[in-house]
Amino acid sequence: MYRKDFSSRKYVVIAMFVFIAMVFLARLFYLQVIINQYKLSARNIALRTITEYPPRGRVYDRNHQLLVYNDAVYDLMVIPRQVKKLDTLKFCRLLQIDKVYFERQMHHAKHYSYYKPSVFLKQLSKKEKGPVEEIMFEFPGFYFQTRMLRHYPYPIAAHLLGSVGEVSQRDLRRDPFYRQGDYIGKSGIERYYEKVLRGTKGSRIVEVDVHNNIKGSFQNGRFDTLAVPGADLSLSLDEKLQSYGEQLMQNKIGSIVAIDPESGDILAMVSSPNFDPNLLVGRQRSKNYITLLHDSLKPLINRAVSGTYPPGSTFKLVNALIGLQEKVITPQTSFTCQGTASKPIACSHNHISPLQLEDAISLSCNSYFWKTFQRIINNPSFENRHLAYEDWYNKVISFGFGHRFNTDIPFEKPGNIPSRRYFDKLYRGSWNALTVRSLSIGQGEILVTPIQLANLAAIIANRGYYIAPHFLMKISKDDTITPCFKGIHKVDIEQSYFQIAVNSMKEVFDGNEGTARFYKLDSLSQAGKTGTVQNPHGKDHSIFMAFAPVDHPKIALAVVVENAGFGSTWAAPIASLMIEKYLCGYSKRKRLEKRIMEGDLIHHVNSKKK
Amino acid sequence: MIRREKIFGHLDWFSLLLYLSLLVYGWLSIYSATAGEQTTLVIDLSQRYGKQLLWIGMALLLAFTILIIDAKFFSSFAYVFYFLMIFILIGVLLFGKTVAGSKSWFEIGNFAIQPAEFAKFATALALAKYLSKLNIDIRVLKNKLVAITILAVPAVLILLQNDTGSALVYFAFVLVLFREGLSGLIIVAGVLMAVLFTTTIIWGEVYVSAVLVILTVLGLLVNRRLRKIKMPVIAILVLSIVFVFSVNYGFQHILEPHQRIRIQVMLGLKKDIHGAGYNVNQAKIAIGSGGINGKGFRKGMLTQNHFVPEQSTDFIFCTVGEERGFLGSALLIFLFLSLLIRIIILAERQRSAFSRIYGYGVASILFFHFTINIAMTIGLAPVVGIPLPFFSYGGSSLWSFTILLFIFLKQDANRLNVL
Repeated sequence: MYRKDFSSRKYVVIAMFVFIAMVFLARLFYLQVIINQYKLSARNIALRTITEYPPRGRVYDRNHQLLVYNDAVYDLMVIPRQVKKLDTLKFCRLLQIDKVYFERQMHHAKHYSYYKPSVFLKQLSKKEKGPVEEIMFEFPGFYFQTRMLRHYPYPIAAHLLGSVGEVSQRDLRRDPFYRQGDYIGKSGIERYYEKVLRGTKGSRIVEVDVHNNIKGSFQNGRFDTLAVPGADLSLSLDEKLQSYGEQLMQNKIGSIVAIDPESGDILAMVSSPNFDPNLLVGRQRSKNYITLLHDSLKPLINRAVSGTYPPGSTFKLVNALIGLQEKVITPQTSFTCQGTASKPIACSHNHISPLQLEDAISLSCNSYFWKTFQRIINNPSFENRHLAYEDWYNKVISFGFGHRFNTDIPFEKPGNIPSRRYFDKLYRGSWNALTVRSLSIGQGEILVTPIQLANLAAIIANRGYYIAPHFLMKISKDDTITPCFKGIHKVDIEQSYFQIAVNSMKEVFDGNEGTARFYKLDSLSQAGKTGTVQNPHGKDHSIFMAFAPVDHPKIALAVVVENAGFGSTWAAPIASLMIEKYLCGYSKRKRLEKRIMEGDLIHHVNSKKK
Repeated sequence: MIRREKIFGHLDWFSLLLYLSLLVYGWLSIYSATAGEQTTLVIDLSQRYGKQLLWIGMALLLAFTILIIDAKFFSSFAYVFYFLMIFILIGVLLFGKTVAGSKSWFEIGNFAIQPAEFAKFATALALAKYLSKLNIDIRVLKNKLVAITILAVPAVLILLQNDTGSALVYFAFVLVLFREGLSGLIIVAGVLMAVLFTTTIIWGEVYVSAVLVILTVLGLLVNRRLRKIKMPVIAILVLSIVFVFSVNYGFQHILEPHQRIRIQVMLGLKKDIHGAGYNVNQAKIAIGSGGINGKGFRKGMLTQNHFVPEQSTDFIFCTVGEERGFLGSALLIFLFLSLLIRIIILAERQRSAFSRIYGYGVASILFFHFTINIAMTIGLAPVVGIPLPFFSYGGSSLWSFTILLFIFLKQDANRLNVL
């Protein structure tokens, strides 16, 4: 056999080499240049986005007293993979947990992920954290993560400040800002100003290794954003006045609303019974919430804005003003409260008769206002009574009744002023002043909230206009208040008529027979009006509205004390003490103060109920 | 002085340059993959990149030594090397240390050495020695059998060590036999077997057999010339069907479960991203995320943070792919291709058959390692644990490839002295 030359086969071999090299280059070009999938996968694998939570804005009162701030608590986190053998007994004792809890939490954590951190124990205080932190080196795999909780230095104004809690599924669906476990304002100011208070989240992109350890920022933080802290709020509330109001109202059911008539600023809003806002924070939140929810006195309800009452005699001022405006009465018009004409609504007090308007108001003559109301409805300048009623209705509405103010007040109720259509339906079109006569003295279908009453006081103090009551004074970094809170609402009554209302209210304090004459102050001129509201369920509600000083009013307020009897017994002194506190800073009437603060109407109420 | 001048004067500087380029490129990749958070350029000998630098130094020393030894030494002692290697491989089987499931390591003090790596050059020498004998024609059956035995003995011993990857390398010598006259049909048969193997695993033996029968019948009906060689065609059909069924049997019963899964993952039959497919998936992500230019030296997110397993050894190409991108990868492929072609060119200019055959052996082994290693990292071949020559971390493989290459370069430098 001869030896053939096979050297040309080198080309076959080289061709194979080149072929494989080309296949590789094509494949690499496809993987590295053409498709994007692996670049995304690489980011998913090796990068983590860490959210930086901004501190929530703080809340101050009108004098820059801190009302709400953030307090650090510590979540104990665990990364199961890093946990080494540890002295479980010692660990549990330090944290005051039992072994069952320990094992359950470890099981949950492992079930979630071996490499990613899980919450092992929520919201430890600094004090609880201390002893554990000292010997943390004994427990690898565990570490503390700081979280911010709301804290309230004064246990006041829980209803209006509201609370913060974990987001619900609905919040998550509605706003992509939130992630599971985030906190959100649940009620009150916290909810209304959520977008202002929450700030802007930041994010940091970091590289992690295969064991989920952070190795540093990605591309020197080129894509990172800083968290922007939430803006601070200054509320119109006066912390001292609010505290004082809450003290006065303890052991009573009712509310106080105090407004600065000049600006519409709400100075105090008390609803009693109340609770410490610190109860609805952190680990205890849901437990305490349930307890409060089931309390028979319903402390969670903010009676100042969602309690609705017939305004009683305080409403006589409105009817008087409308009567003057419609020119169906003059200040000199006098009605007697004797005889058949006054029968439909008899007068309950003893006073001389007949009376002129000013005295009728300050002495609260029922018959006088029945007759006034009758004249308003039977006013011949309207085509018929129903049109006259409609005009009356519109004027009442212009006082802020029957609708919400729609400012930053939480859980506001509109109250009720019955419309013409309502009566048309109720009485099948045949009704007259006599049919709806209760309206003349603020009873019947009329329902108002304490804040609307306080607003009425402000209207009279301002002689004819109001600015919708609101809480916000200032947002830090932003000096403008939302314009709708500044708008002046004029009442459909000429300004000159208000002086009569003012004078008559002044007489309530200054007159020899004024219902609040015992609470007159020499240093301070006050104006007010009592109301006693019939209550089918028990003792009458005691109502009082007031403003002071009479000439340049700085405060207008309404006080409602449920089941307290005459307006002059409880509501009037509370209002007067509030005025004195706000304008003088203290009260000289220590005995009165003591009597009010110690007055207990709740147990009385309960015994009556039984 | 004179002697040395002669040696280096005739040395193929182009090959040497390619070799050194691969060493540098490889070491930089290992440095990037293993330096961790180290920021200064201190060389720490306890780290892998530090050790590799030591291995490189020793490899260069080894290369120099080979170059000053007489060229005849290797051809004369070819069989001695071969039998010594066989002896050591048996020794490993008896006294070796098991690392990662393979009983293929000898421990000397702190160092572990893998004899299977060195068996490659010994086998290449022995095969070259045998085939270069006068009157040896590979087309003669007896010669074929002897040649196959020379290859099979070390391959089987390595297979017994449970080091399948290193054993598979011996298939590479088919290229040598082909160059020396083995029928080209062997290549055709090889391709046919590969196609049958793959299709059988994907579609199952019954479908593949049915398709084979239908194709044959159709072929016979349509093509008159094919009908003339009816018997051989039917014989091939029968052999193919036997092969298909034995592939199925072998796949189901002989292969280890992990090997089975690796093949299924490669063929896309299984995803298993957290188990067997994990390595390949991570490797593909690392390489694929490199883009055109790569993320830069020591800036690979996956490479630097240990997301790719075995990334300084078998998966070192991932570091290149991620940090150097397509251009860096292409450079690597270009360097290897140049070296392989250069070796073939050098082999063809040899006067002695021994040098030529040995040269083809060198090229075949490097080619096999290069092909399988890179193919597995980019998902074109199942995961087979063999290193990328001159790149992967490890003394044994670096030294063995260095010895392999420099014995040939020495032969080439000495080619003019051969009569």
